Amino acid sequence: MTDTTQSPAAASAMQVRDLSFYYGKFKGLKNVSLDIARNHVTAFIGPSGCGKSTLLRTFNRMFDLYPGQRAEGEILFNGRNILAPEQDVNLLRAKVGMVFQKPTPFPMTIFENIAFGVRLYESLSNSAMTERVEWALRKAALWDEVKDKLNQSGLSLSGGQQQRLCIARMVAVKPEVLLLDEPTSALDPISTAKVEELVNELKSDYTIAIVTHNMQQAARISDYTAYMYLGELIEFGETEQIFIKPRKQATEDYITGRFG
Amino acid sequence: MNKGIYRRRKAMNALGLALSGLSMAMGLAALTWILWTLFYNGLGAFSLDFFLKSTPAPGTEGGGLANAIVGSLMMVGFTTLISTPIGILAGIYLAEFGSRSRFGSITRFVTDIMLSAPSIVIGLFVYAVAVATVKHFSGWAGSLALCLIAVPVVVRTTENMLNLVPGSLREAAFALGAPRWKVSLAITLRAVRGGVITGVLLAVARIIGETAPLLFTALNNQFFNADMAKPMANLPVVIYNFAMSPYENWQQLAWGGAALIALIVLAINVAARVLFREKVQA
Repeated sequence: MTDTTQSPAAASAMQVRDLSFYYGKFKGLKNVSLDIARNHVTAFIGPSGCGKSTLLRTFNRMFDLYPGQRAEGEILFNGRNILAPEQDVNLLRAKVGMVFQKPTPFPMTIFENIAFGVRLYESLSNSAMTERVEWALRKAALWDEVKDKLNQSGLSLSGGQQQRLCIARMVAVKPEVLLLDEPTSALDPISTAKVEELVNELKSDYTIAIVTHNMQQAARISDYTAYMYLGELIEFGETEQIFIKPRKQATEDYITGRFG
Repeated sequence: MNKGIYRRRKAMNALGLALSGLSMAMGLAALTWILWTLFYNGLGAFSLDFFLKSTPAPGTEGGGLANAIVGSLMMVGFTTLISTPIGILAGIYLAEFGSRSRFGSITRFVTDIMLSAPSIVIGLFVYAVAVATVKHFSGWAGSLALCLIAVPVVVRTTENMLNLVPGSLREAAFALGAPRWKVSLAITLRAVRGGVITGVLLAVARIIGETAPLLFTALNNQFFNADMAKPMANLPVVIYNFAMSPYENWQQLAWGGAALIALIVLAINVAARVLFREKVQA
């Protein structure tokens, strides 16, 4: 598999080594190896069922919630294999945040939505918490829209605002890596544009991995792109190279729309 | 196009509509009849004395149901206090922790049996363990019997409500690094709190009219008593005794008590519906 495995030029935040994933007996990922570049955006593209979301969900061990799902291989994060049984998954998830396809605001106020995650690992004074909430909402470009209604339910926001609330909630915990699992597929074009801008701004502080169905989106916002098919990593490289001059015919077919 | 097929379908539709309309009318008529009889005979008994005086001795005039009302409220109140946390926690266990475990499925099975257990059996059981052993009837024994009926209702509604929470909400909370107990209490239970409270209210509505579990546990008490360790008057048993009695004022009080229970159950159901509507919005 070495010919599909490349290290990006930038320093890597996570190193995936020979990763296989099983849903019961079904093998969802087949010996995937790649590096996620620090402070860059890495996009995962490929047709439905290719394993891109599965791969993303190994980075914070989300699959642990479901018996019967297991991963083999190694994912090194800060030099430690996070797939090791002794890894504390809650601490890992505080460092590796995730935002999902559908906005998932908690049934509480906008303020509490953000404070919830912070309180799990930090005990801040009221004023420090207020500052943190504002900081996170500004990071997610949502502050101006919600600053006068922090005590309203998070469910009262529009879909696009809810998704940015989820991003703020993730950022508030101060993770190192942000995992975005098709974060804009349930949003309108304007909200999508806002989230994309946001991703572009956040990458200076965070390492970002994004799964997307939308190839234009991958081309617009990512620095590196991985094309996956049937659980295998077909090609991985700089986004420009993947989209302009893919090395493999399969990648070219998918990108040009002849397949998938 | 074959007109015959279409005509037949229209006729079938009219027939089906007529039959279901008739069924609805019959059900509604029975309910209206019951409520009308109850309120026609019962509301007349409502007076200040009805609420302030205790049950009259045989052959005496007047009297009220104060002791039965207080007894019922106390026993149902304690039952609610005891069975709500037990039921909700067990429901959380079934939905969030033990959904696939063997212990979970056994608990679920036993709960289902308890849901349909005849209440007279529960009354007898509590008589054997909490009355026969201490050799006297008590309000606590009555509450215990009611708990055995209320807990399964709360368990199953809590579990069913929690199962309605989308997995994505649960995952989102886990993704922040929240431990499982925190996710269960602060996120998923909170997301369905309206539905869970509805379940508790429906359990209260169910037990407030239960007679059989109280017949030989709390028994009855002719006098006013707020001591849960002693035999306690309660609405269902008083209604049962008074309705069968030869005294007219007793019969009148029985109607009044029945109307009162019906009103309470009605109020609880309305409250539950309002809360459930809120839950659906969230």
